[in-house]
Amino acid sequence: MQRATLDLWVGIFVVAGIAAILFLALKVGNMGSFDSASTYTVKASFENIGGLKVRAPIKSAGVVVGRVSNIGFDSKTYEATVSLKLDTRYKFPKDTSASIMTSGLLGEQYIALEAGGEEKMLSDGNTLKITQGAVVLENLIGQFLYNKSEGEAKPAAPR
Amino acid sequence: MNSLLDSLRGIGARVIDGIWRMGVATRFFLRTLLQSGQSFRRFHLIIREIFSAGVLSLIIILVSGLFVGMVLGLQGYETLQTYGSEEALGTLVALSLVRELGPVLAALLFASRAGSSITAEIGLMKATEQLAAMEMMAVDPIARVVAPRFWGAVISMPILAALFSAMGILGGYLVGVVLIGVDEGSFWSQMQAAVDFREDILNGVIKSLVFGVAVTAIALFEGYDAPPTAEGVSRATTRTVVTSSLAILGLDFILTAFMFRGV
Repeated sequence: MQRATLDLWVGIFVVAGIAAILFLALKVGNMGSFDSASTYTVKASFENIGGLKVRAPIKSAGVVVGRVSNIGFDSKTYEATVSLKLDTRYKFPKDTSASIMTSGLLGEQYIALEAGGEEKMLSDGNTLKITQGAVVLENLIGQFLYNKSEGEAKPAAPR
Repeated sequence: MNSLLDSLRGIGARVIDGIWRMGVATRFFLRTLLQSGQSFRRFHLIIREIFSAGVLSLIIILVSGLFVGMVLGLQGYETLQTYGSEEALGTLVALSLVRELGPVLAALLFASRAGSSITAEIGLMKATEQLAAMEMMAVDPIARVVAPRFWGAVISMPILAALFSAMGILGGYLVGVVLIGVDEGSFWSQMQAAVDFREDILNGVIKSLVFGVAVTAIALFEGYDAPPTAEGVSRATTRTVVTSSLAILGLDFILTAFMFRGV
């Protein structure tokens, strides 16, 4: 009798340990994903997605309205195709534009949606026409330096 | 002059004594491994030791894991907020727990909770001549007493470390998402993007296994080697906690250097 209760406790202990490792593997690690509310998926292609990751948030006016569900590469147009999973509660016009933004200077990247003016709404499988890729900081700095050196050279020229 | 020679002699004697003990400990450890086949055939002995080393350590492990995670959540948020990247809180909490804090802190707690009790128990068994009585009855005390304790504790350690990490992440979630209001999706998604199952979680489990072996071997040997007096047992218990804590931290450095160098 004594041994039976002891066995039970050890069993609970081992099961709890396995549950903890499963929790770590599925919820903390990258071995599974979870979905909740009903969603619809639209596609968008970007010329550069920067550091965008799957499951990154999609925001409109700063509110999270969906998540990135898939990122692929189109070998015909050489562009990145991103699948956006949007919550069915939020409807957007067909000419909505998508752009990749960064939260803060070093923060994670997300997709910002800006609603257009069209009457028809986006539905499952549609493609967003107007997109703007990620701003690559290195290019920006390079451009800035280039412009600056040009700006300095110009006033010197007339003399 | 004489006192100088005496102190030199003292240092020499200590070094030789230390090496001697190291040899005895290694022989004891090998004998334990050789005798463990028998204890696996009588598995109920191991189960009883899993109960006393693992199940009875559950409360301290779970509660401290939760609080460590909550503190990580608070402090991590404070720092990350300055850089506007509080979404990285999940990554910070999960990686630091799974890679380092989970195995190391769980092993330190385990050494002071279970390791000290193993030493005291075996030391007392020796002091009250129970081990000698077993030998008289042709029962090998290493097979009957030492090996089951070894395997029970070694099996318990990774489970406790995994529970510690899981509770810590839940604690970080409670503070970060529920209390402070970091976006829940970002918290989990950044964590999942950063934590790799093999690189991080399995390496954490391997770490805790190594710590389990080290702590238990030290605790068993200190108990078995303790002078059979009240003072000897108390000293051995103290030494178990000190030595195994140092061993855990030293091994952790070595393992980390092997596992996470230049990944």
